[in-house]
Amino acid sequence: MAAFRVLIMLKPGVLDAAGQAVERGLTALGYGVEHVRVGKLIEVDAPDLTAPIVDEMCERFLANPLIETWRIEPLPGGTAGSAPAAAPVRASAPREGRQ
Amino acid sequence: MRWGVVVFPGSNCDQDCMHALRSVMGQSVDAVWHEERSVAGLDVLVLPGGFSYGDYLRAGAIAATAPVMSAIRDFAEAGRPVLGVCNGFQILTEARLLPGTLVRNARLRFRCRPVWVRVESSDTSFTAALPEGTVLQMPIAHAEGGYRASADELNALRAAGRVVFRYCDREGRVLAEANPNGSVDAIAGVANARGNVVGLMPHPERASEGLLASSDGRRIFESALASLAARAEPV
Repeated sequence: MAAFRVLIMLKPGVLDAAGQAVERGLTALGYGVEHVRVGKLIEVDAPDLTAPIVDEMCERFLANPLIETWRIEPLPGGTAGSAPAAAPVRASAPREGRQ
Repeated sequence: MRWGVVVFPGSNCDQDCMHALRSVMGQSVDAVWHEERSVAGLDVLVLPGGFSYGDYLRAGAIAATAPVMSAIRDFAEAGRPVLGVCNGFQILTEARLLPGTLVRNARLRFRCRPVWVRVESSDTSFTAALPEGTVLQMPIAHAEGGYRASADELNALRAAGRVVFRYCDREGRVLAEANPNGSVDAIAGVANARGNVVGLMPHPERASEGLLASSDGRRIFESALASLAARAEPV
């Protein structure tokens, strides 16, 4: 299998309502943040999948080229959902006592 | 005339549309399920409002890939009338049957209130009986109704008279304070090049009879009947 991760962001200048809302929340918690942006992360895998096909998926469906940009990264391990694209700086620890 | 109201999972104005068309206007109306592959026998299609597929990915994006859409595309390309209301408008832009897109409202608000729109073009299947400059009152109810298009698309829309409705005040003046969602150029509705596909954010079906605050929306449905009748007459 060949797997890819797609990161979709609103183009600069397009109102990022979710980003603004998160920014306000962080500010309310006392963090001095600026320019919080919220995007989408989509993982896809299929036999023989290539970056140009994923790019076509973005152009036709996964993103709206009028208002969004996208970035495609190959996923090591070849299975969506199985591996991070890069080593995390810090991952959340599993919580105890909850399913 | 036989109308079809297209029902996607998450459509929630389909019954309102069918009520307005069937009970108020005495039309024959079929519900068209999103998995159907034919719209044969229908004269006019309405894509109603709602939250098709939970607005996943983007409002209207998943619905634009539904099996029924290829039949709707053929229907539209044959010059037959298709109206998209609210989420239906979003679906038509995602299906690229109409230009542009609809983004989150300015000031992040879900806006649910009556608005006024001015008819900017009578040259469409859904405004044929409405003189340009007519002011209609209808309600809006949406979070993502900010119209956007590229500069080239906007110029083409304006030049060809394909901006169909603009938000205005009750006197028909296009003012910044009358624009409920930050749409570029106060655009509330647009048409395709042939004028047979129209999308708008306000809900004509919720302004279609005397019991409601306005019956102006009914004139949009009546325009479709008028344009179909005109087309049926030998020239």
